[in-house]
Amino acid sequence: MFKKILIANRGEIACRVIKTARKMGIKTVAIYSDADRNALHVKMADEAVHIGPPPANQSYIVIDKVMAAIKQTGAEAVHPGYGFLSENPKFAQALAAAGVAFIGPPVGAIEKMGDKITSKKIAQEAGVSTVPGYMGLISDGDEAVKISGQIGYPVMIKASAGGGGKGMRIAWKEDEVREGFQSSKNEAASSFGDDRIFIEKFVTQPRHIEIQVLADSHGNAVYLHERECSIQRRNQKVIEEAPSPFLDEATRKAMGEQACALAKAVGYTSAGTVEFIVDGDRNFYFLEMNTRLQVEHPVTELISGVDLVEQMIRVAAGEKLPFAQKDLKINGWAMESRLYAEDPYRGFLPSIGRLTRYRPPAEEATPTRAVRNDTGVFEGGEISMYYDPMIAKLCTWAPDRARAIDEMRLALDGFEVEGIGHNLPFLAAVMDHPKFVSGNITTAFIAEEYPEGFAGTTLPDATLIRIAAAAAAMNRVAEIRRARISGRMDNHERHVGEDWAVSLQGQTFSTHINADKAGADVTINGATLRVISDWTPGQPLARLSVDGTPLVLKVGKISGGFRIRHRGADLKVHVRTPRQAELAALMPEKLPPDTSKFLLCPMPGLVVKISVEAGETVQEGQALATVEAMKMENILRAERKGVVKAVKASPGDSLAVDQVILEFE
Amino acid sequence: MLAQTGGTSAMTDILQELDQRRQTARMGGGARRIEAQHGKGKLTARERIDLLLDEGSFEEFDMFVAHRCTDFGMEQDRPAGDGVVTGWGTVNGRMVYVFSQDFTVFGGSLSETHAQKICKIMDMAVQNGAPVIGINDSGGARIQEGVASLAGYAEVFQRNIMASGVVPQISLIMGPCAGGAVYSPAMTDFIFMVKDSSYMFVTGPDVVKTVTNEVVTAEELGGATTHTRKSSVADGAFENDVEALAEARRLIDLLPLNNRQKPPTRPFFDDVARIEESLDTLIPDNANTPYDMKELILKLADESDFFEIQAEFAKNIITGFVRLEGSTVGVVANQPMVLAGCLDIDSSRKAARFVRFCDAFEIPILTLVDVPGFLPGTAQEYGGVIKHGAKLLFAYGEATVPKVTVITRKAYGGAYDVMASKHLRGDFNYAWPTAEIAVMGAKGATEIIHRGKSADEIARLTKEYEDRFANPFVAAEKGFIDEVIMPRSTRRRVCRAFASLRGKSQQNPWKKHDNIPL
Repeated sequence: MFKKILIANRGEIACRVIKTARKMGIKTVAIYSDADRNALHVKMADEAVHIGPPPANQSYIVIDKVMAAIKQTGAEAVHPGYGFLSENPKFAQALAAAGVAFIGPPVGAIEKMGDKITSKKIAQEAGVSTVPGYMGLISDGDEAVKISGQIGYPVMIKASAGGGGKGMRIAWKEDEVREGFQSSKNEAASSFGDDRIFIEKFVTQPRHIEIQVLADSHGNAVYLHERECSIQRRNQKVIEEAPSPFLDEATRKAMGEQACALAKAVGYTSAGTVEFIVDGDRNFYFLEMNTRLQVEHPVTELISGVDLVEQMIRVAAGEKLPFAQKDLKINGWAMESRLYAEDPYRGFLPSIGRLTRYRPPAEEATPTRAVRNDTGVFEGGEISMYYDPMIAKLCTWAPDRARAIDEMRLALDGFEVEGIGHNLPFLAAVMDHPKFVSGNITTAFIAEEYPEGFAGTTLPDATLIRIAAAAAAMNRVAEIRRARISGRMDNHERHVGEDWAVSLQGQTFSTHINADKAGADVTINGATLRVISDWTPGQPLARLSVDGTPLVLKVGKISGGFRIRHRGADLKVHVRTPRQAELAALMPEKLPPDTSKFLLCPMPGLVVKISVEAGETVQEGQALATVEAMKMENILRAERKGVVKAVKASPGDSLAVDQVILEFE
Repeated sequence: MLAQTGGTSAMTDILQELDQRRQTARMGGGARRIEAQHGKGKLTARERIDLLLDEGSFEEFDMFVAHRCTDFGMEQDRPAGDGVVTGWGTVNGRMVYVFSQDFTVFGGSLSETHAQKICKIMDMAVQNGAPVIGINDSGGARIQEGVASLAGYAEVFQRNIMASGVVPQISLIMGPCAGGAVYSPAMTDFIFMVKDSSYMFVTGPDVVKTVTNEVVTAEELGGATTHTRKSSVADGAFENDVEALAEARRLIDLLPLNNRQKPPTRPFFDDVARIEESLDTLIPDNANTPYDMKELILKLADESDFFEIQAEFAKNIITGFVRLEGSTVGVVANQPMVLAGCLDIDSSRKAARFVRFCDAFEIPILTLVDVPGFLPGTAQEYGGVIKHGAKLLFAYGEATVPKVTVITRKAYGGAYDVMASKHLRGDFNYAWPTAEIAVMGAKGATEIIHRGKSADEIARLTKEYEDRFANPFVAAEKGFIDEVIMPRSTRRRVCRAFASLRGKSQQNPWKKHDNIPL
């Protein structure tokens, strides 16, 4: 076995690999750019080597620099994680030349599968079913439009070297092909240094289901069943689970066997993933093969009990797989939520900055439940603009899907992240969405269910009542403390009352509290709820029990009450005496200021292009400007028809959130 | 039996009359005007008192006082209370005096008797050592009373002056407050305003138009936004009456009742020795990158609770109250996010007034320093930054309350001296390892010391200077810094420092009063 390995990556995946290496008694070497000097993976590793400035193309993906780090530290093998150099055959070759083991597949397999066009041909030859599409390279927008017409709309435009949703666009008509082609090309060039683009048929009602394979260098290949990754936004996976609620045994077996056949056809070793698109009739088509560890691998680990990173290391060291296909069973259900530094209230645009608070729920594993959080950040750390906005992967496991979802709801409620915009509320909302709960999902789930984006959820009355009861009980603790201030008039102290009006989400509930040492009985809407909690003022997380059921709330301060965040809702909760409530009802509703006359920069980023001029009339949906952030080009579009009055920013400007880009008449 | 019945009946009648008179007084200007008041999004004088004080604690004075004016037919209309409700009550069981002008009675205008009612409770407040809360909602002077009304204002002003520094005075502007009337709140300790329904100005939009030809609305001229962002007349702006009154209660909970008492304490739910590892990474690698000083304040404070004063004005300095171990501490902190946290005219004035308030009322002061110096420029010099900057220097130097200072990063030049340095009788002067206490930035200093050397030489010497001086240890060697502390343990260190200063006693030499550069 290796004595020391280098992890040619950063963030949560580097930390993930270090954990397993440490468990196996292998020393670890981290590499880091200037932006990651204080990063978690650097702290966790036994050694760390600085490899250059923040942009990945000057540090993490510069093969020479990584090779130098290997030489300097004497690492015997390299785990590439995902992204960066993980599927770069030149890197694998360089390692081979230097006599360093690559913890991944052979160069040949990377080359064959790394190119989406070649891989499709090989898959076809190996008897794997594939999607119709144009396999050649496309030179310009006109050709893209012509080819799209031949395949038939809708089409998907993809970067040949792409992955993770980058450089990928769906087009439903000619304009979109032209525009999508150009932006895919740009993104592909900046992200992968390879701007080749291809186009294929976009399968409707599709599910994204992928098969995890594991192969050794002794000719064994097994599949560790599937992962359902249909919950995607702009082709970026958001929630994954294993197994899929959709597959039957026969389909599962067929997909698994085809995936193994493909792996064998290219002489694959190590962990790999064969991605399929599955239509409503359980027809499945080969999409691509990822010749690396997949982001969402933890769900497979949770249902299989196999440590994939460990197996990758063992395979790289020449060991045989310790199990055969018949040994691999699906045990229970696992869910994964990807925590992105993306603000759901601002169209999921990237958010950067300092994590002023970061407290994930406690990890645990028992026979009936498990919580796992793969993370690369820490409280006080910085989310920079240079890398992927994913900051953690929260996984839960339970014996069945419903309970795994329940565990995820609680885990999300208890996950504290402050300082940056993030998608926790959105993840929680999906966990409560009836369609998701039913398992009846497609890759269009987010686009269809949240067509206007995400503006928070409306909680059902039953939940509101529970929160109101909790707020009344919490407020009582706060009020009693207030009434215990020093300097009171003896014998004329304030009496804290039992009747409180709780207002939230546009409703007001009258409550009556009977408190005792252990908790409080809160009478609300004719029912009495028992509220038990050890919450004290100032605690940002309240873990309560309301009538025996757990309730986890994020609690903040607002004047006269609490800001409570729960299950994707962000509520202002006012707790008032009946007299206060009566007077508060007289207060006028104030509307937020009208900002519709401006195009504001929705995230910190760099202006790449201003597409309009002063005096120009723009149509609804017309592209106005392009802002690049987190390596993603975001096209800002007109919300309605209007005339541009003034252009306030120009290409190359680096803008802050809400900075004015355009002003309308 | 008959006599008894008759007696009961007469007594009942008398009681009923009191009840009736009270009810009439409580209706102020009548149902129609109350409705109009509500229509403007405003509460009535009594409703406001209900929200300010603990339920059922209000004791009213002078409910039946009526004006004495006999001109212009005023004798025909003598409503009970005369447009202001006065009395005392409790806020979380602690006594406060309150007056609340009633806009439904003569537009809340101030008459001789109206003023007398206010003066009465102010006198009692000073005598008995309790804060005065004034709720202003008044059209101005009672024109019909002429000079008697002006005299009334001046009587109030004189009491504001005498009460200043003796009991806290808080003004809540909840409607118009114009002309001479503005000078009473102006001399109180804190002014809160309500957005969209209150305004303060010396001369209104009509006069402004006539004299200067400026066209301006009342809101633009003297609304809550103007006074909290531009003029700094007001200390806080709130969405509506309910919120303003709730926040006034919060502020009162932070203040001592008078200048003879220590600040209040209350049970707290926080760990005195709480470690905040994230503070170790608060200071960015690059010395020119800003960070949010408020994060430090929130992580130091009990329960992350911070009551900010003048949040919207001179944001390059932060002022406000926190509690440490349940007891009030005033915080002054440079804010690197705005103008690099430099001192200038506005920030010096803002902080100086805050420091003097704290000192007057025995509130210990925590100063968090990251200051690159004073803002240069003609605007500053012509505006008198010398004298305005001196205000803050003076305020810190004369303050005798416990003073604890933490330098997080830059403390350059004269601004280092000003920000509660050891030399201004700082009790505990801590520095983080990231602190740089120096006469100026390394490059500037090197260019002066080594004038005329080549750019390469300067770069090398700058590096040398940085290594030697861009740290807290030169100052620590001289004893100007008492201790270099780990950022993560700042709360514990600061709490212990203030705890050790609970018995501090320091006197300035006798003087009639000082001559702060106003």
